[in-house]
Amino acid sequence: MEEILEYSPLLIKGTITTIELTLASAVLAVIISFVVGLSRFSRLRFVRAAAIVYLEFFRGTSAIVQMFFMFYVLPLFGVTFPPLLAGILACGLNLGSYGSEVVRSAVESVGRGQHEAAQALNYSIYQRFRYVLIPQAVPVMIPTFGNLLIELLKLTAVASLITISDLTFMSQIIRVQTALTLEPFLVILVIYFIISSVLVWFTKWIERKFAAGRHTITSKGA
Amino acid sequence: MDWSWAVVYELLPKMWEGLIVTVQATFVGALLAYVLGLLLALLKMSKSWIVAKTSYWISEFVRRTPLLVQLYFLFYVLPDFGIFLSPFVAGVIGLGIHFSTYTSEVYRAGIENVPAGQWEASRALNYNAYQTMSYVILPQAIPPMIPPLANYLITMFKETPLLSAITVVELFNVATIFSNSNYKYLEPMTLVGVFFLIVSVPAAYAAMKLEQHFKPKDTGFS
Repeated sequence: MEEILEYSPLLIKGTITTIELTLASAVLAVIISFVVGLSRFSRLRFVRAAAIVYLEFFRGTSAIVQMFFMFYVLPLFGVTFPPLLAGILACGLNLGSYGSEVVRSAVESVGRGQHEAAQALNYSIYQRFRYVLIPQAVPVMIPTFGNLLIELLKLTAVASLITISDLTFMSQIIRVQTALTLEPFLVILVIYFIISSVLVWFTKWIERKFAAGRHTITSKGA
Repeated sequence: MDWSWAVVYELLPKMWEGLIVTVQATFVGALLAYVLGLLLALLKMSKSWIVAKTSYWISEFVRRTPLLVQLYFLFYVLPDFGIFLSPFVAGVIGLGIHFSTYTSEVYRAGIENVPAGQWEASRALNYNAYQTMSYVILPQAIPPMIPPLANYLITMFKETPLLSAITVVELFNVATIFSNSNYKYLEPMTLVGVFFLIVSVPAAYAAMKLEQHFKPKDTGFS
């Protein structure tokens, strides 16, 4: 265990990279989720079709394949990303496909009457989504988004395979340099567990915030 | 960068062999996940507080940490304790254990979603535990479990490329080995993507049909 402590600077660096990678790709994934998820409601056929193609492509192939494609194949076409950016893009695009389904089904789950009421008020499509549908859909999305956030954190471990020096990458370095096996892997498993547990608490906290907000609205209305 | 069909012809037979390994790993891993998941679900629902809590947190630990690191753990750590597993066996065990934490939630939800009145009715009919389970609870609990369990089969299929990190020569590893020895990246990586799409898009479609088929019918008894 003492030998591991000598490597704590590496572990701290790896933890920071993992967190950066997770947060950056989470932001990207949320943006994509909303853009693609809402595109499914478009009146334009090609917009809907493009959203479905994106969804099936990124949900249908493995994240690791997408990552390798981005890191090894795109440079052949003159598109070169630094590893960290390739990792963020791959993680964000992959999780965005799952997220877009969450957004779509959450908006669909908003009661039919709400869609009709918005129409009856002569709201434009923008107003309908912005003021009526999305505010009611977001609380529905949060628990599932929370689960996806954990999936995202776990996905970042795969980025170590395209030379990003995250936690998993550091554990391999420590293994090679010290010939220890149990300690480095156990330590990083615990670090991952701590990070994801913080994310779980964070999601629960947001869930409660939204639940509280809804409660006051209904109580005021009553 | 030009697409070369010669490379494709050279690769296809090898990739076919890789696909077979991938499919084997998926099914054996899934079988393990289904069996272990049931066991885990029963432990989590145990009446003993200690058993329930312990199994819950073990399952959360596995679920909140990356499969890749768990695979490294099985592959590098176990030999130090005198347990030597072939890469394939280690990979399948890793997949099975990781996804058993997901399937256990499916089983738990399935059993808990059977209305309390059904348990009470079986009791009123003086059914014993076996009769209650096999005639009343399971026939209602199992159908809703089938679609999510099928979905996890697809998810596991997409996670199998991670086994390449512990030297299993499955579909993805066939491509990377070929890429690294021939400095060709475009065709192998594209083919892997195509192979995954060919299998997982129809599979996802079938799972969706399954979901519609097993949609809970409104019996009016809940």
